[in-house]
Amino acid sequence: MTAEARPGVSMVPGAEFRSYYDRAVLKASPWEIDIPIYLFSGGLAAGSSLLAAGADLSSRPGLRRAGRLTALGGLGVSLVALVHDLGRPGRFLKMLRVAKFTSPMSVGTWLLATYGPLAGVAAAGEVARLVGGPKSLGLPGQLLAAVERPAGVAAAVTAPTIASYTGVLLADTATPTWHGAYRELPFLFTASAAAASGGMGMLAAPVSEAGPARRMALAGALTELVAERRMEQSLGMLAEPLHQGRAGRWMRASSWLTAAGAVGTLLAGRSRVAAGLSGLALLAGSWCTRYGVFEAGQASARDPRYTVVPQRERIEAGEATPSVTAGSPAP
Amino acid sequence: MTRTNSLYGPLDPARDAGYVDPPPRKGFFTDTSICIGCKACEVACKEWNEVPDQGFDLLGSSYDNTGALGANSWRHVAFVEQGSGSTGTRAPVDLGMPTVRGEQEDAAEAAGGDSDKPDFRWLMSSDVCKHCTHAACLDVCPTGSLFRTEFGTVVVQDDICNGCGYCVPACPYGVIERRKGPSGAKNVGIAQKCTLCYDRLGAGQEPACAKACPTDSIQFGDLDELRGRAQERVAALHERGVSSARLYGHDPQDGVGGAGAFFLLLDEPEVYGLPPDPIVTTRDLPSMYRRAGVAAGALLAGAAAAFLGGRR
Repeated sequence: MTAEARPGVSMVPGAEFRSYYDRAVLKASPWEIDIPIYLFSGGLAAGSSLLAAGADLSSRPGLRRAGRLTALGGLGVSLVALVHDLGRPGRFLKMLRVAKFTSPMSVGTWLLATYGPLAGVAAAGEVARLVGGPKSLGLPGQLLAAVERPAGVAAAVTAPTIASYTGVLLADTATPTWHGAYRELPFLFTASAAAASGGMGMLAAPVSEAGPARRMALAGALTELVAERRMEQSLGMLAEPLHQGRAGRWMRASSWLTAAGAVGTLLAGRSRVAAGLSGLALLAGSWCTRYGVFEAGQASARDPRYTVVPQRERIEAGEATPSVTAGSPAP
Repeated sequence: MTRTNSLYGPLDPARDAGYVDPPPRKGFFTDTSICIGCKACEVACKEWNEVPDQGFDLLGSSYDNTGALGANSWRHVAFVEQGSGSTGTRAPVDLGMPTVRGEQEDAAEAAGGDSDKPDFRWLMSSDVCKHCTHAACLDVCPTGSLFRTEFGTVVVQDDICNGCGYCVPACPYGVIERRKGPSGAKNVGIAQKCTLCYDRLGAGQEPACAKACPTDSIQFGDLDELRGRAQERVAALHERGVSSARLYGHDPQDGVGGAGAFFLLLDEPEVYGLPPDPIVTTRDLPSMYRRAGVAAGALLAGAAAAFLGGRR
């Protein structure tokens, strides 16, 4: 049993490997759908804060409103997803007892603790305007009116880190397909955030103001497609989970939706309906990317092949660390 | 973060964690060549550490009904049945029950050679948390719940862990796990693993598994001394013709900076369910952060260009 490759996966020549009753060597993360939701909503919020600040500084009130409110919504979804993952709100507070550079989750917590309130203040200014103008709210309203732009700009400066650190969050694990993609994941996730937030801007802001959103969406979508290809190239056999099973379906959907969204943006971005549909496609494509990468990693951890074969190849190639002293093959 | 080898390479982990004058680093040397598969270690560990039971499973993998290390199994005895030639074909096994001498035995004797040597071997190995020099679980823990003890071991503080689960995919050996149940057990939802009996160490006692091991397959002691002893043992086995003996996890130059719990194995690590060449994920963390920084900068610049670059 130990020498047998599994039926159905032994088609790849030279991929035979030994395992302990075909059991996983690694443990897959216990994370469920909360985490890909957070990857998506955090990225959407971050990109939207960038668009909102740019719109604010370039007098595009419709795009600013769309960006700030999307950022608020994305932030809210993110917090709900993170707390749900932990089980109860009090557990989140334990993240705040340390700041650790070696833990991307700790770094992310502090980035979120910086970015969140800033984006929240900017969004509060927008909400105040919707309910009758900040001036109608007395002194707090005046204060809000004074700080909403600086807060929005500061949120935009910190936002890109929210979009990119999640790539490190997944990559800094032993999960083969996540760690193997550590060079590309921050770029893939940042591009995905740009595509999603650009798409949301096209969907929610007037076409006349949405030029920057279209440009961001297009650049994001193209970068996302390129980064995904490069990731697959550097992953080698660890790219297989991106093509198989559930993860494979999501990744294929991601490519098609992102490409369709990009084409739609390029050809018909100034038509209200086409802009909305393209925006939706980009949002959906971004979600599919996050979920597909998440699932592919989980699958790679559950299959001992993706742990043993690359490490064994390293040993055969003489590139391994001295994990094991020389012993002759089994008699 | 910038200290030498703080993320990768040889290191004294207790000193690196800030202990000024720590006691010698403690660890396990598990000599699987004398493991008899009695599972006394599993039982002693469960008893001492109040590790809940998993229910009654029959896994169909030789005498192993534990399966793997996890939240509720801090020691795991692996059983590998190997026939010669193709290792692992599950041909019927002669258990050596008393029988009347028959034709087969006569034929074997006539053929001469190794007729007294069985055409079969049983590998047994008690696996445990490796207490890595560079422990990914500890490094990625966002709460500080996982910490380095003065003995150089890695321990979860149950009351601080918030159940984020990040340590679980970080471990290159698949050891640590979030406890899922059984309901009513303590620390459900909390990451759990071997503590190298931190409470017993503090009282000058050896860990429960080593204490219970009837053959001294599990040896506890100062890591430096254990490493020396292991070298001698593997040399002695080679001399006696057991050429398949090898050490696993003993070298400070390996991918985790040397394991605090290392092994003498009789076959490739993956046969026992161990990764053949694990490398701690944090080796690449500085590079990951650099790339994330570049990606964030590109997004900021791209967004600025989207506003400055074109028409409305």
